[in-house]
Amino acid sequence: MTTMTKTLFALMGLLFAPLAFAAGIDMEAPAEKVTNWSAISMFIIFVGATLYITYWAAKRTKSAKDFYAAGGGITGLQNGLAIAGDYMSAASFLGITGMVYLKGYDGLIFAIGFLVGWPIILFLMSERLRNLGKYTFADVAAYRFQQKPIRVLAAFGGIAVVILYLIAQMVGAGKLIELLFGLDFNYAVVLVGVLIIAYVSFGGMLATTWVQIIKAVLLLSGSTFIALAVMYQMGFSFETLFKTAVENRGGDMNILYSGGFVSDPINAISLGIALMFGTAGLPHILMRFFTVPDAKEARKSVFYATGFIGYFYILAFIIGFGAIALVVASEYMDGAKLIGGNNMAAIHLSHVIGGDFFLGFISAVAFATILAVVSGLTLAGASALSHDIYANVINPNATEQQETKIAKIATLVIGGLAILFGIGFKDQNIAFVVALAFTIAASANFPVLIMSMFWSKMTTRGAVIGGWLGLISAVVMVILGPVVWTQILGMGDAIVPYKFPALFTVVIAFVGIWFFSITDKSARAKEDIDGFEAQFIRSQTGIGAEGAANH
Amino acid sequence: MDQSKVEKIKSLPQYHQLVKERSGLAWGLSIAMLVVYYGYILLLAFDPAFFTTIVGGEHISIGFPVGVAIIVFAFLLTGYYVRKANADFDELTAQIKKEVE
Repeated sequence: MTTMTKTLFALMGLLFAPLAFAAGIDMEAPAEKVTNWSAISMFIIFVGATLYITYWAAKRTKSAKDFYAAGGGITGLQNGLAIAGDYMSAASFLGITGMVYLKGYDGLIFAIGFLVGWPIILFLMSERLRNLGKYTFADVAAYRFQQKPIRVLAAFGGIAVVILYLIAQMVGAGKLIELLFGLDFNYAVVLVGVLIIAYVSFGGMLATTWVQIIKAVLLLSGSTFIALAVMYQMGFSFETLFKTAVENRGGDMNILYSGGFVSDPINAISLGIALMFGTAGLPHILMRFFTVPDAKEARKSVFYATGFIGYFYILAFIIGFGAIALVVASEYMDGAKLIGGNNMAAIHLSHVIGGDFFLGFISAVAFATILAVVSGLTLAGASALSHDIYANVINPNATEQQETKIAKIATLVIGGLAILFGIGFKDQNIAFVVALAFTIAASANFPVLIMSMFWSKMTTRGAVIGGWLGLISAVVMVILGPVVWTQILGMGDAIVPYKFPALFTVVIAFVGIWFFSITDKSARAKEDIDGFEAQFIRSQTGIGAEGAANH
Repeated sequence: MDQSKVEKIKSLPQYHQLVKERSGLAWGLSIAMLVVYYGYILLLAFDPAFFTTIVGGEHISIGFPVGVAIIVFAFLLTGYYVRKANADFDELTAQIKKEVE
């Protein structure tokens, strides 16, 4: 493996902070844990507020539509904030600022990769999702097809992504909280698990959305404050900011340039595909399009989300450079490295700027971020179990009450699993799970979903075989890749030299769908193809689409 | 949706105009975004020297304005699509709904 590919992998690792936390990259535990009381008191205020919201939401959550989709009454701006909140995880806040701190300009390149999927989701998916779907993305994927096999595929792909993502978040959360609050890892994981079960099972999507909105506002305003304080100290001059940063790095101008991050175009493009199409296959993000009343609000929500996420990444960039320029005092350093690793750059910077109190605020925001993201994931996982598996496969005659009851039980199950996995994977290298989550989302969920909306000749057989091929090839190629094969199993050079093999697995899925659809001459295939016209008209006009609940 | 409604909608000129305009705009803007992003990645991969150009003072390299411009470009594209959709597509959709409901 060349040094450049190694750097690339190191950078990818850094960005996906949960895996960096878990792998222990630049993330040593502090010598002794210091209990941060201002962080804990601010966190308690946040938890109190969110529990009150849950109580408020629980009184308004009566029907299945309330539970899964907040009654369809969320506005475009609110949903835009919630989507941005889902995307701005603690991993991306601490990971991107940490990556800019470490590598300078390369951090910005990575952030751009995360953003550019959003316009595509807007142009090709958001309105159609809203017009066709009800509670889960499987509603759209299975729209005109034989329900059971597609629901099983979509639920499997959805739950796999949710569980993998949850493991990464929970392990990352435990480590982060241990560092920030001085709480014990297991205690932190149980605390997160219990809180999210409460939010989701009592307050459903309404509580989950508002927790996400509050956290997004806190995170955006906290980041704005840090970035403004950095620029104030630099006399609002980027020249001074970059100059000070370069001086602190011993005059190394390389932090201003691209440091070979995309020296390997195949890896860069494969990663780009995983991020772009993976985002369009994340069940907890797709679910948010069913919480707005119509296609108009759905598209507005992506517009706002793109704005917030883009703004956030620009702030993260200023914060990262601000950390290079300002976090210089010896109290933050352990030799030449930051205490707690590069991912703590934003946290240390907040202490430089606002002392213990502001450090407490930013730590509490980071914890709130984890809670909010884990809630969204849990709800998406529970919905796949109750709506797709229970109500559409096991018991198609289920009443709404039965389905909602199963959804709450499923929330307990997924929340419990999150706690168990969080503790079980504590000291494991979980770096592969994020790669796997994004690759499965891009190779199983996304191709079936997008083809069902755009390709009239897709059949049940094509979708099922292509979808499973994408899912299986994603799992196999990640296992044969550098993270699992080389780092975890220690089997020497990886058979598949790509950490994100999406470039290949996405193609496998699309070709599979295409080939097994055009060769499908069954009676069901005719029915599938005949159903396209009505589906297409509904996706375009919204005629017959789910409306908002009136109450 | 029953077949008579499908046939009715298919016969409306507004429906064909809606599908044609929205598809054209959506795919056109998607391609614009992909060209800009992958153009940037390929430029980084094949001409890294380009990014060492200093464009302001002594420390502002060209990568910064370019990077921020891509983020702003992505946002403006979404804004343009939403404006166009709010103005034209919703109007056409309303006309179609009026015809069939």
